Amino acid sequence: MSRTTSAPDVPGGAMATAGMATRGAASSAGAASRLVRASLSRARVELLQFFRSRDAVGFTLALPVVMLILLASIFTDRVRGTSVAYSQIYTTGLLAGGVASTCFLNLAVVVAGERENGTLKRLAGTPMPRTAYFMGKALMVLTTCALETAVLLLFGHFVYNVQFPATPWRWFTFVWVTVLGAVSMALVGLAFSSLPRSARSAAPVANLPLLVLEFLSGVFVPFTSLSKTIYDLAGIFPLRWIAQGYRSALLPQYFVHIEPTRGWDHAQTALVLAAWCAVGLVLAARTFRWTGKGER
Amino acid sequence: MRVAGTKVVEVAGLRKAYRGTVAVDGLDLAMDQGEVLSLLGPNGAGKTTTVEILEGYRRRDAGEVRVLGEDPERAGRAWRARRGIVLQSNEDVVDLTVAECVGHFASFYPRPAPPAEVIERVGLTTKAGAYVRSLSGGQRRRLDVALGIVGRPELVFLDEPTTGFDPEARRQFWDVVRDLTREGTSVLLTTHYLEEAEALADRVAVVNLGRVVATGRPSELGGRQEAAAEVRWLGPGGWQRRTTERPTALVRELEAAFGGEVPRLTVTRPSLEDVYLRLIGAELPGAPEGAER
Repeated sequence: MSRTTSAPDVPGGAMATAGMATRGAASSAGAASRLVRASLSRARVELLQFFRSRDAVGFTLALPVVMLILLASIFTDRVRGTSVAYSQIYTTGLLAGGVASTCFLNLAVVVAGERENGTLKRLAGTPMPRTAYFMGKALMVLTTCALETAVLLLFGHFVYNVQFPATPWRWFTFVWVTVLGAVSMALVGLAFSSLPRSARSAAPVANLPLLVLEFLSGVFVPFTSLSKTIYDLAGIFPLRWIAQGYRSALLPQYFVHIEPTRGWDHAQTALVLAAWCAVGLVLAARTFRWTGKGER
Repeated sequence: MRVAGTKVVEVAGLRKAYRGTVAVDGLDLAMDQGEVLSLLGPNGAGKTTTVEILEGYRRRDAGEVRVLGEDPERAGRAWRARRGIVLQSNEDVVDLTVAECVGHFASFYPRPAPPAEVIERVGLTTKAGAYVRSLSGGQRRRLDVALGIVGRPELVFLDEPTTGFDPEARRQFWDVVRDLTREGTSVLLTTHYLEEAEALADRVAVVNLGRVVATGRPSELGGRQEAAAEVRWLGPGGWQRRTTERPTALVRELEAAFGGEVPRLTVTRPSLEDVYLRLIGAELPGAPEGAER
């Protein structure tokens, strides 16, 4: 082939050079507005797609509610020596489990699917700022998580007399635990989505470690029935801390005495969750692939 | 339309191997602005790898690549807005309507075409409100084209766009592509179908074993227009066949010999398929593996 084509022959070459100076000043503002525009566009599409898969929405929201019904019908009495019903305790665990499934499981499975069905490849081929995809996912995941949390809490309140956080300070704890827990779980889920070999295997591959973690973190069984070693081991991961955070928001203050440290450990909880946000972000950024594993 | 000398694609000595298997082995290619260039070749010839390197999806091992004046490995978002990609079949965006989908992708581009106009161009206006999951295969591919052109690209990559189409859907699709090229958009078309290349392409490049083995206009590929003609007729002793540079003279001789009509006379030059099969080293007359699906 001819290699004689020089720079001025490139379409728009001269114009590009001339426009460079003016574009430089406007580019950062332009880039920001493009990112906002693309992010909003992604968020809209994410929410449309989520709410249109009605069975997925229904079952996602129903799962913790059904778990609460089951657990509350098995353990009907109150915690010995207190006026607190077991349903109040289980609600704290199920809230934590809900964050894990709407954020971690949801992204691990959905993103693996989008990698396989060509969604990611098609988006990567457009000038969409890649951050916009993650912004859209973040909004979708936070919406789902907020919905599920609200449905569980309201259902528990009106059917099993589950008590809301008693003070504004406890509401504040409830909110930051939810947000920090959701973000850390979502980022880990994003990183995890690259592990399964195919979209079909994503759900089982993500479910097994999650289920184990849920048992070790005291989501389904009271953490007091776990050995110290196991509970400490679970402390490496975010879920145990999220569950503890919900206990601190929803249980009477005197329950703090059955916690291993005799404290709610808020500083440590925030630290561990923030650390998982950082780890998840780095892992997701390094492992995220826009095309499938089996591609030539 | 074609602007000779202004190259939208330039490739020299391109190489790519996957775990020791060489997929592209010193491929050279150039494409003019406004041109429709078709990459033809059997499965595994290196077409898709080459195209994905040009699109910016894959990294190359060696060689020079320029697409719209930039190296796809280093080019940024402004470059991505100047080319459109129509990938091989996808299963995404099924829960959106056609209009939502085109509008969504338009939002990523600096100067998009109006979505309704794009939908009209690909002939999906009556389906604009329909969910993507309800579209037929041919409609789905036309939506893929709409998503590829909504940003008003200068260069469009079409990767095996009509695989699995019935003949009518294929002709409708060709009209969409012709409409696109009328405005001067350059198109790099990968296809298995020779008649598709012949119908759409200004020029074809035959790829085999990771290299371009021939390029030319479909009517001239591999010296087709100068190739010797084959004259066949039914003689007294059975079918006769002779290859000649001067078929008219031979026919005149035959006419004299038969004293009028020559029984079952045909004069043919090699078809694009004959030339193609010879170029990729396939046995005549059998079809090459994967040439048809």
